[in-house]
Amino acid sequence: MAANKTYWKNTEQLNEKSPIVDQLEQKEFAEYIPVNEFLEDKEALEDSSTSRRDFLKYVGFSTAAASLAACEGPVIKSVPYVVQPEQIRPGVANYYATAIADGFDFASILIKTREGRPIKVESNTDAPALGGANARVHASVLSMYDTQRLQGPKANGEDVSWDDLHTQVGAKLAALAATGKEVVLLTQTFASPTTAKVIADFTAKYPNIKHVAFDTVAAAPAIDAFEAAYGVRALADYDFSKAEAIVSIGADFLGDWQGGGYDSGYAKTRVPNKHHGKATMSKHFQFEANMTLSGANADIRIPATPSAQKNILAHIYAAITGTAVSGKLSQAHQAKVDAAVAALKAAGDKAVVVSGIQDKGAQALVLAINNALGSVVMDAANPRLTRSENGNEVKPVIEKVISGDLGGLITVGINPAFTLPEGEAFAEGMKKLDLSVAFSMKEDETASAAQYIAAVPHYLEAWGDYEFKAGHFALAQPTIRPLFDTLQFQDALLKWTGSETSYYEAIQNNWNSNILEGTSWNTVLHDGYYSKNTASEASYTASDLSAAAAALASAQASGLELTLYTKTGMGDGQQANNPWLQEFPDPITRVAWDNYLTVAAADASALGLKNVNVANGALNGSYAKVTVGDKTLTLPVVIQPGQAKGSVGLALGYGERKGLQDEMQVGVNAYAFYNNANTVQEVSVSLADGYHEFACTQLHNTLMGRGDIVKETTLEVFNTKDKAYWNAIPVVSKNHIEEQVTSPEVDMWQAFDRSIGHHFNLSIDLNACTGCGACVIACHAENNVPVVGKEEVRKSRDMHWLRIDRYYSSDDTFEGDVETKENIAGLGDSLTTFGRMEQAAENPQVTFQPVMCQHCNHAPCETVCPVAASSHGRQGQNHMAYNRCVGTRYCANNCPYKVRRFNWFLYNKNDEFDYHMNNDLGRMVLNPDVVVRSRGVMEKCSMCIQMTQKTILDAKLEGREIKDGEFQTACSAACTSGAMTFGDINDKESKVSELKENDRMYHLLEHVGTKPNVMYQTKVRNV
Amino acid sequence: MRKSNLGAVHVVKNLFVVLVLGLSFTVSAQEADPIAGKKLFNANCAACHKLKKKAVGPALKGVSAKYDKEWLYSWIKNSSAMIKAGDAQAVAIWEEYNRTAMTAFPQLSDQDIDNIIAYTDYTPPAPAATAAGPVAAAPAGDSISNDIILGALALVFAILVVMLILVNKTLKKIAAAQGIELEPKTEEREARRPLWQAFAQNQFLVILSVVFLLLSSAYFAYGYLMQVGVDQGYMPVQPIHYSHKIHAGANQIECKYCHSSARVSKHSGIPSLNVCMNCHKNIAEYNGEEDLENGYTKEFYTKEIKKLYAAVGWDEENQQYTGKTEPVKWVRIHNLPDFVYFNHAQHVQVGQIECQTCHGPVEEMEIMYQYSPLTMGWCINCHRETNVKVENNEYYAKIHEALSKKYGVEKLTAAQMGGLECGKCHY
Repeated sequence: MAANKTYWKNTEQLNEKSPIVDQLEQKEFAEYIPVNEFLEDKEALEDSSTSRRDFLKYVGFSTAAASLAACEGPVIKSVPYVVQPEQIRPGVANYYATAIADGFDFASILIKTREGRPIKVESNTDAPALGGANARVHASVLSMYDTQRLQGPKANGEDVSWDDLHTQVGAKLAALAATGKEVVLLTQTFASPTTAKVIADFTAKYPNIKHVAFDTVAAAPAIDAFEAAYGVRALADYDFSKAEAIVSIGADFLGDWQGGGYDSGYAKTRVPNKHHGKATMSKHFQFEANMTLSGANADIRIPATPSAQKNILAHIYAAITGTAVSGKLSQAHQAKVDAAVAALKAAGDKAVVVSGIQDKGAQALVLAINNALGSVVMDAANPRLTRSENGNEVKPVIEKVISGDLGGLITVGINPAFTLPEGEAFAEGMKKLDLSVAFSMKEDETASAAQYIAAVPHYLEAWGDYEFKAGHFALAQPTIRPLFDTLQFQDALLKWTGSETSYYEAIQNNWNSNILEGTSWNTVLHDGYYSKNTASEASYTASDLSAAAAALASAQASGLELTLYTKTGMGDGQQANNPWLQEFPDPITRVAWDNYLTVAAADASALGLKNVNVANGALNGSYAKVTVGDKTLTLPVVIQPGQAKGSVGLALGYGERKGLQDEMQVGVNAYAFYNNANTVQEVSVSLADGYHEFACTQLHNTLMGRGDIVKETTLEVFNTKDKAYWNAIPVVSKNHIEEQVTSPEVDMWQAFDRSIGHHFNLSIDLNACTGCGACVIACHAENNVPVVGKEEVRKSRDMHWLRIDRYYSSDDTFEGDVETKENIAGLGDSLTTFGRMEQAAENPQVTFQPVMCQHCNHAPCETVCPVAASSHGRQGQNHMAYNRCVGTRYCANNCPYKVRRFNWFLYNKNDEFDYHMNNDLGRMVLNPDVVVRSRGVMEKCSMCIQMTQKTILDAKLEGREIKDGEFQTACSAACTSGAMTFGDINDKESKVSELKENDRMYHLLEHVGTKPNVMYQTKVRNV
Repeated sequence: MRKSNLGAVHVVKNLFVVLVLGLSFTVSAQEADPIAGKKLFNANCAACHKLKKKAVGPALKGVSAKYDKEWLYSWIKNSSAMIKAGDAQAVAIWEEYNRTAMTAFPQLSDQDIDNIIAYTDYTPPAPAATAAGPVAAAPAGDSISNDIILGALALVFAILVVMLILVNKTLKKIAAAQGIELEPKTEEREARRPLWQAFAQNQFLVILSVVFLLLSSAYFAYGYLMQVGVDQGYMPVQPIHYSHKIHAGANQIECKYCHSSARVSKHSGIPSLNVCMNCHKNIAEYNGEEDLENGYTKEFYTKEIKKLYAAVGWDEENQQYTGKTEPVKWVRIHNLPDFVYFNHAQHVQVGQIECQTCHGPVEEMEIMYQYSPLTMGWCINCHRETNVKVENNEYYAKIHEALSKKYGVEKLTAAQMGGLECGKCHY
């Protein structure tokens, strides 16, 4: 009955035989549906080979196949060697000593290889000169496994064989030699004795060929000044470990100034050493425009525009040498100059002045000052040979290439078509030359403009010898067979000269006959370095510098002054395709994946430039139009505390270019402004439309007066007051009685007994840490940390296990911050004061704090894990079992240090994250001892448990006890400044146990009671 | 003519010696002894010489017929001196064998050399071969007799069944003859409900059995699922039929001779082919026991050795490497997941655990298979039960003392040393 009920749908049904009702009954959908169109479209149906039935069949089959495949394990093939090389044992790492010399970075290093693949770079700490690897050198191993590398030689864009290339180039060279047309061999600085010989032989055979050295980022004025004073084209070396007073005027010597590598010596004098109860440390004055690593580490940092720096240098020169100089400094500068001069004079021969001013006169003044001081810090007798460009030689070559007045050009290891401001014209000019050959690893701007591209091997596939510093030699050996069909530049040159010897033989011959004095070649090859004939004295030729001083004293700028610099991660930009370096956050701005214009807050507000944090916290910056001469670039702006008013900064090495994966095409090419190889340019800046999205890893820049996070004191307080005054252990209240947080009275936890076996601790000395970031990259390489890309970093999903927090003071000093916070009275005051404290001061104090998993003995993460994936080991390490983790992220939420990292996506073999883990070549760099984590898994610093376990196993196999210093983590091994010390605190003799008992020792957020196994040493400032 | 006579006399003499030797085990010092010669040959010559085949050096069968005895003495004691001296025969050999001089054996006395020559000249008497026949057949007879016993048993059972049927028939016949009703009454039959209906109507029993079925199926399902990814017993076919039974079992080659990485590395390592060639340069054919049932004949094994030669590029004829290699693609049997770190050196060298503890009786495996489940539970069990070998290891000296005091035990298990901590194997 109920089923017979009919319902009225509309009034139309009242009308019998209404056409609409009929129509609706016939057709369910009133509106036209183009089903027929498709079904009647015979072509479409015929084109499609899949019918509905087929589709269902496929679905069914694939489901069944997938479930079947899931049941059965894959068949894995294992292919052993036919003849196993004696040195290679699968599963055991081999180390080889070699050296990097890419024209920008020079260092003696060790390479760790596994099953014949280089996987990690370590510092060669035994080497007396440049034995420390910086962040870029640590990352350089990944640059070898770069998919963008040239896989073989090319002629006019087509692949050719090496034989063809040799014949064709040989014929052209002969033809050019016959006509006597000039050919220039434009190369990077090699600092290589054998390469110099090879080139000399080559130019002897072809007298029309001239060798000219070209440094992408040059130090020509300093070399010119050194030549004038000492008769050698080189750069004075500095041993900062001997310094008591350091005055730097625009020299970022903890960065890349004159090749860098000074941080380990510098850090030695920065740790207060107690002698007879009184601690001493060096005093460091820094006059600079951009905020640099050196400025951030200085005791007294004075912002000064490039022109003001010149005035300051002239005044210091005058004060030290007792001459008069015209002009007046600003009051603030004068006071600091007086203090600096007093410190220099007090330190006597242990004082040093360095300068980055790109002016021959300024550099001559610096040498004169150091000679007047009798500085033992400056080593002019054994100068550095790692830069060699002579501006007077390079300039005419560039002009001739552009005008086409040159017969031919051979470039080696450089990319002038990108790194010259007149790069485009240079590339056009190259195309018109009779012969152009580019020795290059990439098909970059210069290579694509050249007729012949000679693919060269990566330095880890090549032989080499170097003299980094007069008397200090290094050998480079291949650590892997060349991956591609490449040929070393020197081998090609030997061939073109008509020599039958290989470059390897040439090096060996040269060393045996000219360099080694009885030492065996094999010993040196094993060690990687060799030193001899180190001179102790250099004769200084004084000259009249009054004109130069007067010129500096009167230097003035009309508008804003731009200082171009190289970022710690990117350097000169030749490793721009290296995802580790792109994702490396700049130590100062903490911005990754970008370069930007750094502007002082006062200038920014005058120009209307803004930095804002959007809803998810990410940083956005205004765009600015920046003009130098007739060139204008639109650049994003970062407001940089400490930037000298009237100055702006911009990093080289970024920008869109050839031979670079799309993902790495970030930033703007600042070489466009690098006129006359001078890093200082006058610019005009104006606001442009829109905001740029930055990937910044630190969104809160100040400490808000929380002095217990980065504990600080001054040398005076450190020397005069008790530990309880400047490094008090926090107290908590129990039953209204205050107890020290370390007391067992206030401990709710049952502690493990860790007195037996090893108990690992890591000490981080905030005095020695310069923020260089080598540890960050070393950690990346050791632990297979994925690269997530700019968008993900912007969402705070960066995966770095180790971050280096950088804090600015919001008052002039951090101590001032604490005072301000203490003096807050009432709610209203607290709101306004805390609001103000979020802003960094105009010239703030800066501090770096490396933070990784603190491996708490009472770990908050362990208690909240529902599946016990996070657990504690008796050796003090907080374990993370990835295969157990289900990704609840409770642990990350409960971690007070925010060091846990979540795999939001699958970062390997995923086209969405097309970095090194997405191709077979890039995956070769992975450490086989550490698992590659999957999606949905939490990960974090393991305190390099694979390394500690390896050390223990080695000792067990050899049946011996472990010596102090054997235990290392990737970060502590990479730290050349000695800021990180790792070891076993159950070994009472160890350095780390000593540090644990040190007065300066404190734990991060100690009042939380987590009892971490990572400790920090209070920063002491010599102000 | 005279020479061959002499040769014949020698052979007869040697045969006599063997007979005497076999009976009394005494030998006169002056006579050439082929048994002592065999020992000396294996110890000194076998690395480069074979009896009937050219190896690194020439085949030695009947060498005394080719060369004068005195010449052989001086050649064996110092061949290079003879080559230098320009002895025509010596230089000829030197030229033939790639100008490599034979190792000098100054320690061998003339008597030793006589013994060796006696051995190389010795031909076993023909009848001895036939005598071996029944002895070889004996083990085969064992297995056949088992089958016979089984067959006989089956026959007995069959006879019993037939007898029972016959007895039953006879009894029925007797019953029928005496008028006894064998079938029950039909009414009684209908009144009795079938058992299954009674069962189906008893709800308690139904519920009980359903619960039982569910539980047992869950038990089996769980058991099945726990076996997913566990490849215990995995025995893939390998590209070369490599018999651990022959190498580790019959020839008692130490595991770590080939798997030498196990001593120092996390991997035990699949031996590279040059390791195989250490022995197989000389062992070109198989002469050991055969397993005819499975088709493992001498020819079969010899063919597998030829596969090795093809892979490593060894030219048997000319006794040299061709340089053409073809790496062997073994099928991996033991495969731990990537998230597990296992180190052979720790277990084999430090812990001194026998390879067989985890890999099973490898010396009995004709085809290698996975013996252990390689599950985490299996690892953990062993860590709980196994004592750490701390003797004579300086590393453990302090730790062991302190820990055994703490736990109040003499010996410490791996678990007590921290061998159950997650991070020790998962990183």
